[in-house]
Amino acid sequence: MDFLIFKAPMLMVQASLDGILLGILFALIAYGMALQWGVMNIINIAQGDLVILGGYIAYTMYLAGIHPAWGVIVSPIIMYFVGWALYKLVINKVVDRDLFISILATFGIAIVFQQLMNFIFGADVVVAQSEYGTTMLFENSVTLPNSKIFSAFISILYAIALVVYMKKSRLGRAIRATAQNARAAKILGVDTEKVYAATFGINAALCGIAGALISITLTLHPYVGLPYTVRSFMIVIVAGLGNLPAVAISGMGLGLFEEFADYILGTEFRIGAVFMLLVFILVYRRFKLSKKREYLK
Amino acid sequence: MNKLVKLFTIFISAITLTLASISSSFAKVEGEYIVLGSAISLTGKYSSNGVHTQNGYNMAVDRINKMGGVKVGGKSYKFEIIYYDDESNPKRAAQLAERLIKQDGVHYMLGPYSSGLTKAIAPVTEKYKIPMVEANGASRSLFTKGYKYLFAVLSPANQYLEVAIDLAVEKNGGKPVKIAQAFEQDAFSQDVRLGILDAAKRTGSKIIIDDKLPKELNDMAATLAKVKAVKPDVLVVSGHTKGALTAIRQISEMKVDVPMLAMTHCDAAKLSKQHGKKSEYALCASQWHKNLSYKDKFFGSGKKYDKDFKKEFGYAPPYQSAESSAALLVFKDAFERANSFDRDKVRDALKTTEMQTFYGNIKFGPGGQNVAKPMILFQVRCKGDVCENKVVAPTKWASDKFYHPIPKWSERS
Repeated sequence: MDFLIFKAPMLMVQASLDGILLGILFALIAYGMALQWGVMNIINIAQGDLVILGGYIAYTMYLAGIHPAWGVIVSPIIMYFVGWALYKLVINKVVDRDLFISILATFGIAIVFQQLMNFIFGADVVVAQSEYGTTMLFENSVTLPNSKIFSAFISILYAIALVVYMKKSRLGRAIRATAQNARAAKILGVDTEKVYAATFGINAALCGIAGALISITLTLHPYVGLPYTVRSFMIVIVAGLGNLPAVAISGMGLGLFEEFADYILGTEFRIGAVFMLLVFILVYRRFKLSKKREYLK
Repeated sequence: MNKLVKLFTIFISAITLTLASISSSFAKVEGEYIVLGSAISLTGKYSSNGVHTQNGYNMAVDRINKMGGVKVGGKSYKFEIIYYDDESNPKRAAQLAERLIKQDGVHYMLGPYSSGLTKAIAPVTEKYKIPMVEANGASRSLFTKGYKYLFAVLSPANQYLEVAIDLAVEKNGGKPVKIAQAFEQDAFSQDVRLGILDAAKRTGSKIIIDDKLPKELNDMAATLAKVKAVKPDVLVVSGHTKGALTAIRQISEMKVDVPMLAMTHCDAAKLSKQHGKKSEYALCASQWHKNLSYKDKFFGSGKKYDKDFKKEFGYAPPYQSAESSAALLVFKDAFERANSFDRDKVRDALKTTEMQTFYGNIKFGPGGQNVAKPMILFQVRCKGDVCENKVVAPTKWASDKFYHPIPKWSERS
């Protein structure tokens, strides 16, 4: 336990800003997961690995001499097709089965992706340089990397675009209809197969954007996907499916929680604390549900 | 159709049987070949360093074989290595060690990559009394278990950054310093930490931040914000390549000013290449550097090794390759002095090893660690956009002056 953070107000500001900026990025990944969970009832364990693959796409561009920030446009396009292909190859066979099968299937996909990325890009840890510099506040006592601000900004931009798209476009409406009742949507002429493929593609595209942002803000290597899966899973179960503002708020909350856990409990418990919170929330939810059931009886 | 399947099954089993009989007919010495075995990480998270290790082994095997091989009992023998991929997995590595020893009949082993995997294999080689020369397991706990058949050509992990603390104290006019440190929670980094604790005690220095980093680490902003707040004299970070890259990225982004920054795994992380000028002035612990003036008759000098390695594999050798090559020189020397293939005689010969290789002097202490070679520190220095690692300590090998303190970020272009 370390309470240095409470003695220095600047540390508090630093931690809060770091947490919120990071949380917005997590929320973007979580939104993809919520979308595809809500529509297809699939918990995608490979979510984090899709993120990392998106990051490697941006990194490859960086190696080729293109600024990695362009990854936020290129990476989702490529990842959309990766997601689409993944749906056609594997996910469509498990989409109507029970949750356990889909978890197993996506777990398998996660392993295959990790090994493939290791094979193609090597096991080295890599970073892409954005050279965006730093914003300094309060006479240099609080520093915000511009790359983090950039990534939060892009995340918000894409999230808004997606919300509008879901509301206004034909496909968006079809996706929402399928999420509400797949059978009814089918009867009314929605090609649910197509909707599923598109949803999985959109989810992968969101992961691609997040990955590209991570390549310039944090580090990449083939085996670092799982923490992102866990984080987005957590954000989604806190926020519920299909509730974007809640996803955003719970994402930022998680970012803050992580940052403060880091300061107070120590860095070694940063991810441990996330897992603990996850267990706590699951137990709490169950508790609440059982109460509700009693009430219904 | 059924017949076809049957025929196919018979065919496959025949092949399997033949293969099995071939592999079991391997023995410690096969005709003119001395067969060594090694489980090595060719896939999984250690695969890049695993390949560096394998390249180092292969380079030395080729060189020794080309230059007359190993002379035992008046006859000349050649080295040959059986490799298996341990998938960076300790359990798999231990299984493969058993397989090498029991099925393939290997009597002499070369180490895998990383302390963790060496720790998994050492009990197996010890059980079967198989001498193992390893080049990539530096964890101190390997040398305190009383292993009799384990020999390491590298300096143990606790020595990695001790020198850095001494250097910091020296620069502080002999007065104790304030240390901030962040170490990953794995065998190797925690050993490095123990070394720092020893050095701090010895010099009376105070540790004001002592953070442990998780395995999935990719963000250490909190640690660095604390560093900014408490202003230590030296910041020490060890968390493999991930730690080194994350630290430099965030130190430069958060404009953390510390007079001295000491790390491990800078060359494995290709720090100066990936981060360029941002990594300037970082001080890095290394087992080896090509500019050191050690010599031997197989590889000549470090510079020559560097050149030959580049020619063969197309990249500059990291120290993981150099130390792996040295392991074979040690084996050759031991076989010739033992003048026998008896395992215990070879082991005794290994124990009394005292030699110089291009990689450094080698002499084994009671626990099997190399006690004859000091760790070196290099500092990343840049000219324009090209950054290089310059040896700055210990003074005997230093090619450049240690730059201290690190200029503030506001003064750096």
